[in-house]
Amino acid sequence: MLAESLFFSAVLFTIGVVGVLTRRNAIIVFMCVELMLNAVNLTFVAFAQVYGVAGQVFVFFVMTVAAAEAAVGLAIIIALFRHRQTVDLSNINLLKG
Amino acid sequence: MLLQHAATAGAHPLSGTVASYVWLLPLLPLLGFVLNGLLSLASAYHAGPADPDTAHGAGGHAAHPAHDETGGGGHGDDHHPVARHRYASLVSLIGPGVLIAAFGLAFAIFLAMRGVGEMHAPFVQRYFAWMPVGDLLVDASFQLDQLSMVMVLIITGVGALIHLFSVGYMQDDPGYPRYFAYLNLFVFFMLVLVLGASYPILFIGWEGVGLCSYLLIGYWFSEKANSDAGKKAFIVNRIGDFGFLIAMFLLFANIGRLDFAGVNAAASQLPFGGVVVTAICLFLFLGCAGKSAQIPLYVWLPDAMAGPTPVSALIHAATMVTAGVYLIARSNVLFALAPAAGLTVVLIGALTAVFAASIGLKQWDIKKVLAYSTVSQLGYMFVGVGSGAYVAGVFHLMTHAFFKALLFLGSGSVIYAMHAAYHATHNHEDAQDMRNMGGLKKYMPITWVLMWAATLAIAGVPPFSGFFSKDEILGSLFLRANHSTLAEARWLGIPGSAIIYLAYVLGLAAAFMTAVYMTRMMLYTFHGPNRTGDREREHLREAPWIMTGPLVVLGVLSVFGGWFNLPALLPLGPVGALEHWLEPVVGQSALRITGGPIEATHGTEYALIGAAVVIALAGIALAFARLKPGALVPAAQAPAEHGFERVLANKYYVDEAYDAAVVEPVVGVSRGLLWRGVDVGLIDRLTRLLVQSKDDDAAVGSVPMGGWLTRAVGYLGSQFQSGRVGTYAWVLVVGVLFVLGAFSFR
Repeated sequence: MLAESLFFSAVLFTIGVVGVLTRRNAIIVFMCVELMLNAVNLTFVAFAQVYGVAGQVFVFFVMTVAAAEAAVGLAIIIALFRHRQTVDLSNINLLKG
Repeated sequence: MLLQHAATAGAHPLSGTVASYVWLLPLLPLLGFVLNGLLSLASAYHAGPADPDTAHGAGGHAAHPAHDETGGGGHGDDHHPVARHRYASLVSLIGPGVLIAAFGLAFAIFLAMRGVGEMHAPFVQRYFAWMPVGDLLVDASFQLDQLSMVMVLIITGVGALIHLFSVGYMQDDPGYPRYFAYLNLFVFFMLVLVLGASYPILFIGWEGVGLCSYLLIGYWFSEKANSDAGKKAFIVNRIGDFGFLIAMFLLFANIGRLDFAGVNAAASQLPFGGVVVTAICLFLFLGCAGKSAQIPLYVWLPDAMAGPTPVSALIHAATMVTAGVYLIARSNVLFALAPAAGLTVVLIGALTAVFAASIGLKQWDIKKVLAYSTVSQLGYMFVGVGSGAYVAGVFHLMTHAFFKALLFLGSGSVIYAMHAAYHATHNHEDAQDMRNMGGLKKYMPITWVLMWAATLAIAGVPPFSGFFSKDEILGSLFLRANHSTLAEARWLGIPGSAIIYLAYVLGLAAAFMTAVYMTRMMLYTFHGPNRTGDREREHLREAPWIMTGPLVVLGVLSVFGGWFNLPALLPLGPVGALEHWLEPVVGQSALRITGGPIEATHGTEYALIGAAVVIALAGIALAFARLKPGALVPAAQAPAEHGFERVLANKYYVDEAYDAAVVEPVVGVSRGLLWRGVDVGLIDRLTRLLVQSKDDDAAVGSVPMGGWLTRAVGYLGSQFQSGRVGTYAWVLVVGVLFVLGAFSFR
C-alpha cells in the first residue's frame, strides 16, 4: 500500500513540475503548484500510516498555508489581469536586467 | 531569564538568604541608566541639540550658580545654558537613588555573609549558558565571595556618595540626565566586573567600564582636547586589553577552563614558576597596567582629568583604576605559582609610585596633582598584591578609595567655588590652577578641614587610614625580602630579594614625595594670601550641603578607615578584621608565597613603622619649611621654570616621547603610504582603469576607453536576468535535480 501511494504521489508531483515549467497561463501554473503541494500531502498521509500521526497533523498545516497562498496568489493574478488584460507569463517580464 | 536559578548553588550556606538577589545589584544601576538615558533622549527631542555647552574650558562647566535665571527652561544659548535641566529633579532622584538602593542591598548581603560565619567556597549563581562552543563553556554567572563583597561595598558606597555630590556639582549642566546615565552605566559595568564568576564575564565589565570612562572623560566633547583625552584613554587601554585577551587564550589552551573556580582548581597542574603560568600572569599584568595606569601605560590617566571632577573621583581614583589590583588579587592562585611575574609587578609598581610622585611635585593644576598621586598610590597597591600581600593591597585600595575620593571631591568643591567666582565676574582665568587660588581656608572652612584630613591620610600620618594601609604594604614587602618564594626567585638574573629591597626603598622615597606634594597642594590652595582677584574674592563661598555632606562622610572614613585592619602591634580595636575576612580567598596563596606565617620581631616592626612615620612627617615639614605660598604669583604672571623643575613640570616629556615613537610613525604611515600610496595611488588609479566612462577622459591620469572590462562583465551578468518566470523555474528545478543527484551518487 505504501509503495503504491508513494508512486502515485510521485506521478502527481511530476505532473505538477512539468506543468509549472511548460505552461504559460498563470492560473494553470498556479494550479500545478497546488498539485505539487497535494502530492506532498499524499506522501505525508502515506508515511503517517507507518510512522505515526505526526504526518497527518502536518497535512493540516500544509493545507492551511496553501489556502492562504491561494488567496494571495489569485489576488495577484486578478490585479495583474486588470492591469495588463492578460495572464500570459511570457508577456510579464518587467523585471529583466 | 535572570530569575532562573540553577541548582549549582546546592547546599551553600548563602543559598536562600538575601544573597540570592545578587543579580539585583548590577541591575539597579542598569535600570538607572535606562531611565536617565530615556530622559536624556526625551529632552534632546524637545529642546534640540543644546547640549553640551560650548563656551567654557574643561572642568569649569559645572556650575553657574551666580547666573540669573532668565532662561526659564527654554533653549540655552552658547554662553548661558538653561538654569536647570527640565528633568533635573527626576534625574536627581533616580541617579543617586539606584546607587543608594544598591548599597543598601549590598549591605544586607554583607550582613547575611557575616551571619553564616565561615564561608570557604564562593557563592556562585549560574543564570544561563553564555558561550557553549565545543570545549569552551562559559556561563553567565555571578560569584559572591569575601573579596567581591569588599569591592561591591566600596563601589556602591563611595559611588552613592559621589552620585550625591554630582547632584550639586553638575546641577546647571545642560546634559544633566546624560551625565547620570553614563555614571549609572559605569557602576553597572563595575559591579559586573567584580561579581563575574569567570574571566570572560569580568572582561565584559572590564571593557564596559573602559567605555564609560571614555564617554565621561569626553563628556564635554565639544572641546577637542576633552574628546582627545577620551580617545587616548580608550586607545591606551586597548594595549592592555590585548594582554588580558592573550592571557585568557593561554588559560583556555593550557587549563581548558575560564571560570575562577575551575582555574583555581586546575592551576596546580601547572609547574611552579613555569613558562606558561609566568606568561599568563605577565599578560594579565599588561592588562592591569593599562586599566590601572602603571608604567608604561599610565599616560592616559592624567589626561583623563578632562572629565567632570566627580567622574575623576569615582572612575579615575576610587573604583575603575583599581580593577587591575582586583584582578591580581582575584588571580592570586596563578600569581602564587609565578614568582617572576610577582617580582615584575612589584618592581613596576614601585617604579610607578616614585615616578608619578616626582611628577606630582611640580604640577600646578590641582587635579593633575591628584591624578599623578593616584598613579603613584596605584603603584603601592601593585607592590602589595605583587608581593603576595593581597590583604595589604586590597586594604590600601579601600582606604585610597576613601581619601582619594575625598581629595577629588574636595578639589571639585574648590573648582566649583573658583568657577562660580570667575563666572560672576566674567573672568576667563583657569579655575583649576593653584597659582590662582590661595587662602581659600577662610572662604571654605569645611572643605579645608576635610582636605587636610585626607592629606594626612595619604601622607601616612598616624592614626589616619592611609598610615595603616601604606605601612602594611611596605612592612609586608620588607618581611618578604628574607624568606618567600619571591626572594628566592631570580628576575632577569637579579636575586629576588634585591628587587624587593629596591622596591622598599623606592616605596619609602615615594612616601616622602607624597607627603611633600600633598602638603604643597594644600599650602598653595588653602593657605597664604588669596590670588584669585579682588573682584572675584567676594564671590568665593562654600559649596551647598549636597556637596559637603558626602565630603563629611568620606572624611570620617578617611580618618577612621584604618580600623578596618589594625595591625597586631597597635591593638586599638579588633585586630586584622579585613585580613580575617579575606582569608578564605587569598590566605592559601599568601601562605604559599611566604612559606608559612611570617614572624617578625617587635623591634623590626616598630622600626618599620617608625621609619614610615618619620618619612611622612619629614616630607610635610620640608614642604612647610621650603614652600612660601606668599611668594606665589597668579598663573598669568608666573615665570617659566628651569632645569629639572621644568622636566618635572613637563612630566619627563613622556607624552612627547610616545608621540615621536608611536603616534608620529603611525600617522606618517597612514598618511604617506596608506592614503597617498595605496588609496590615491593604487586603488583610485585601478578604479579609473576599470570603470571610467568616456566622459571622464579629460580627468588627470585617465585611460581612454577604460572601464570596458567592467562593462563587459556587467553585460554578461545582466543577461541572466530575463524577467521570465518560466526561465527562473527551470533554473530552480535544474538546481534541485543537481543537488539531489549529488546526494544520491555520492
